[in-house]
Amino acid sequence: MSHWIIAPVVVPALVAAFIVLVARFDLHLQRTVSIAATIGLLAIAVGLFLLAEDGIPRPYLLGNWPAPFGIVLVLDRLSALMLLLAQILAVAVVLYAAAGWDRQGRHFHALFQFQLMGLNGAFLTGDVFNLFVFFEVLLIASYGLFLHGAGAARLVTGFKYVTVNLVASTLFLFAVGTIYAVTGTLNMADLAVKAGQVGPDQLGLLRTGVALLFVVFAVKAALVPLHLWLPGTYGVACAPVAALFAIMTKVGAYAILRVHHMVFGGEAAPAAGLAEPWLVPAAVLTLILGTLGLLAARSVQRLAAFSVIASMGTLLLVLAVPGPDAHAAALYYLLHSTLAAAALFLLADLLAERRGSVRDELVAAPAFPQLDLLAGGFLLAAIATTGLPPLSGFLGKVWILDVLRAHPVWPWLWAAILATSLLAVLAFARAGSLLFWKSTAVGATAEADPPPRARPALPLVATAVLVAAPVLLAASAGPIARNLEATAAQLHDRAAYVEAVLGPQRLARAGEE
Amino acid sequence: MEFLVASAVGVLTAVGVYLCLRGRTFPVVLGLSFLSYAVNVFLFATGRLVVGRPPIIDPAAPGYTDPLPQALVLTAIVISFGMTALVVVLALRAFLEAGSDHVDGREPGAEGRR
Repeated sequence: MSHWIIAPVVVPALVAAFIVLVARFDLHLQRTVSIAATIGLLAIAVGLFLLAEDGIPRPYLLGNWPAPFGIVLVLDRLSALMLLLAQILAVAVVLYAAAGWDRQGRHFHALFQFQLMGLNGAFLTGDVFNLFVFFEVLLIASYGLFLHGAGAARLVTGFKYVTVNLVASTLFLFAVGTIYAVTGTLNMADLAVKAGQVGPDQLGLLRTGVALLFVVFAVKAALVPLHLWLPGTYGVACAPVAALFAIMTKVGAYAILRVHHMVFGGEAAPAAGLAEPWLVPAAVLTLILGTLGLLAARSVQRLAAFSVIASMGTLLLVLAVPGPDAHAAALYYLLHSTLAAAALFLLADLLAERRGSVRDELVAAPAFPQLDLLAGGFLLAAIATTGLPPLSGFLGKVWILDVLRAHPVWPWLWAAILATSLLAVLAFARAGSLLFWKSTAVGATAEADPPPRARPALPLVATAVLVAAPVLLAASAGPIARNLEATAAQLHDRAAYVEAVLGPQRLARAGEE
Repeated sequence: MEFLVASAVGVLTAVGVYLCLRGRTFPVVLGLSFLSYAVNVFLFATGRLVVGRPPIIDPAAPGYTDPLPQALVLTAIVISFGMTALVVVLALRAFLEAGSDHVDGREPGAEGRR
């Protein structure tokens, strides 16, 4: 039993407590500790990713209590992959924030570490109730981060964001309670076994619980019509926080994969075919509404927020298709869309900082310093987000189109994806030409209004890391695709997961019953 | 007793949902509290309704009651208590900064001042 498995949860918890208790008034110490801890976590995540490469799910029994009775964390390929993605994003965000955003309010780094703790725990946990607890940890930290820098707009939007998430948490508890009442367990491996043995008289209750759980994850994943909280929230949060939130919707997608496709998945499963008939039209609507939002967006940050909704539409569409092939494609698109959206949020802030009073609004304004550099970054991010070749957005969409052929109404789904991609290209082309070409046409540089301060290089480096991610994802698409195929195959190998967590004898007994 | 508990959960949830849909922040906060009461009572019932039994296996007692939902309820109470405090402070700050206790941050019909 490798004790490193619990490190991604314990390290940020201790670091956050240290920052609050010891480094409270020392911003430099906070930054140093927070950046060092995040880089350390990245190293741990890489180590765990390599550890999970052998394809054996590794349970971590807290207090060494045997599996269905104690609390377990489980490291498998999928959780290791999500951990790695979260830490890569976190390193870029913490470097970006350390250049000045963390001075706008107090406790940025403490909340940031708690947020990481919640994310890592949600990816590692092997227990549905602890999934709820880690969701709460990451949500409570996100409330604090969202309000970072305050202001009336953030407070009013923050109230709605908190309310929506509290209602969703209540639904989560109702769902967990219903599932526990039927099966008598909340351990994921145990649930996977017990759900298959539920009698017909209790089946309706179990399906209700599973459907409620799906609604909760759909709220997190911003599936239409549960997406209304997202544009406002992501549109007014401060840039590094919005970039970090790019992974929050993906936590919803991860939970759908883990709970609906692994725990309650399979052909004979009680919950089979429960959500899929609703998921396809809802995902297509999400895609269309997100794209229309792109066309209507009046600032770069809103553009990035709606690109998150559109990408969630594409992602959830693939999640409606069962089977490991589809889910490998979904995972590739998940990696790509998280990093691309985060890059857009950071670019929006870099632009806002340089363009003076117009901020990141999509209007022609005088040229600004470092225009060429940012134009190049925006071009790459736009190509990646809209899915033009040669970056990972294109590869991801082609792979998705390929796996969607298994779906009965695939011509319609193809039409939806291709048409919305075209509209997204239009929206980004318009934004780019307004921001960069028309700006130079206006002429006279805006040297007059703000005195040229020394611009720190750190935010540019952090953004460059995220902008380079789609390039790297495309360049090494072959090895990554093979890895994701193995990940999806492992996710669907329910027996191996149950055996690893509960032990072989227990699986045999379940088979006899 | 089943009827009593079930209707209590139902009424609490209905009140909570209704209040959450109101336009002012204070009823919304009350609605969230009602929803959390409803879910706490519901979670208790998931271990089956048992009266006067210990939550551990005791040979002297005629049976036992499931202790796990009680642990779940404790966790849920702690979280919802903390969240209620947060949401009250948040509503107050939003009221003071935006000058309106409407959830949209401005009076209905008034011109936007964002």
